[in-house]
Amino acid sequence: MKNKFNRSLQKTALGACLAASISPAAFATDFSVSVENLTRGIHFTPLLVAAHTDGTALFSAGSAASAELQAMAEGGDSSGLETMVDGLGATRVSNPASGLLVPGASTTANLNTDGTSNDSLSIVGMMLPTNDGFVGLNAIEIPTEAGTYTFYANGYDAGTEANDEIRGSGAVGESGFPAPGPIDTGALSAGTDGTGVSATAESFVHIHRGALGDTNSAAGESDLDSTVHRWLNPIAKITITVN
Amino acid sequence: MKQDIKPIKSTVLRMGAVLSIALVLGACSDNDDSSSMDGDDPMAAVSDDSMMALPAAFDVMVTNITAGQPISPILVGLHSDAYKSFSTGSPASVSLENLAESGDNSSLMSDWNAADAVYTTASGNGVIVPGDNETVTLELDQGDLTSSGGLSISVLTMLVNTNDAIAALNSQALASMEVGDSQSFTALTYDSGTEANSETAESIPGPAGGGEGYNATRDDLRDEVYVHAGVVTASDGLATSTLSQIHKWDHPGVRISVTRIQ
Repeated sequence: MKNKFNRSLQKTALGACLAASISPAAFATDFSVSVENLTRGIHFTPLLVAAHTDGTALFSAGSAASAELQAMAEGGDSSGLETMVDGLGATRVSNPASGLLVPGASTTANLNTDGTSNDSLSIVGMMLPTNDGFVGLNAIEIPTEAGTYTFYANGYDAGTEANDEIRGSGAVGESGFPAPGPIDTGALSAGTDGTGVSATAESFVHIHRGALGDTNSAAGESDLDSTVHRWLNPIAKITITVN
Repeated sequence: MKQDIKPIKSTVLRMGAVLSIALVLGACSDNDDSSSMDGDDPMAAVSDDSMMALPAAFDVMVTNITAGQPISPILVGLHSDAYKSFSTGSPASVSLENLAESGDNSSLMSDWNAADAVYTTASGNGVIVPGDNETVTLELDQGDLTSSGGLSISVLTMLVNTNDAIAALNSQALASMEVGDSQSFTALTYDSGTEANSETAESIPGPAGGGEGYNATRDDLRDEVYVHAGVVTASDGLATSTLSQIHKWDHPGVRISVTRIQ
């Protein structure tokens, strides 16, 4: 028998606690986390899936991003976040998809938190192509009873880089977005030679307002394609199976 | 394996035309617009077993909360928890493609009525314009309430001023309900992945286009159902689009309220 908790978008956005936690008695120690990319044309960079203690978080909407979150959101580099969560004694799986998680694809991470107090779960990965967009599941309470649980994750903007929407760099502090592999060529690739959307970094983490894009792949303001690289929240479906 | 979910099950459908009681719910005008449902299997077991078998009944009210997307006649089904009409990341069935591209729910309803896992189905009477709502009533045999298959609901409808967008509550588990209880849900919109999102007048069957509905060709970016990215529209730079800003939407697109009335 399975349980499903379909949370409202708003609840997810606010990172509110799961409404129906059952008995606090037994901790989930052995569970899998499946992440499905629900978007039309946005790739996710290698995901960080981390179980950590209550009261800790990788980011907080409304507050400035940490340098570690910035590196993930601007360039897909999660090494700083990994070091950070390892220092907190987190249980983590990095890069379960062994590379980019393409639109429509799923990947699964298995975690075992036996002997820890890691009863919150967070997931982050950069959205490509965006300047500093990332998919985020923010410190949800890990269900404790055996069953299958569904959550949805939204797209956030780290607020650290101007959304100029043109090719550039994934390095922190450098403008533009990196364009590896399928972002460079193919049906879901970004355009070239955009002049750049006029924008400034917002300075705080927030729900991403979405991409502008345009329909000119070799000019225009944006290197994003408005018919390919837009999205509506949620952008990922998270399925937790507690064994 | 703990959790006790609502094991309800139902069976056949009969006709029910019950005036929907004014649910409190909120906001928009309530239409007292109940509709008939097609019985699924007229000879099946239900009915007249006598008084101990008075069926349960549920009103399902669907409200269009988009700005400018009329939605096609709603298709509503009650079924076991395991039944799904589609899965994101997988291709749409031809029946779903029909609904998503033309708004015609008859093929999918036939599929549902032929499936053992589906207890009862109902169709709305017509298009629901933005801000409006419609209520359909479904009956469930009491004898099925203890089924181990559980009770879930699916609601599907096309956003008609699109190539192939649907709003769907896709196999949502219902908690156990007493008479008078209500549960509310909101629906995401999905791209069925079966038709390119050209947004041209020729390809959009709704009033903004007046074009073609179903076409068997599958030419979207990929042949899979996924969460809809929204429409671009001519107002936002897609020159070939027959749509304008009024046709844009965000999630959720539809609100669904389920009330047990009997």
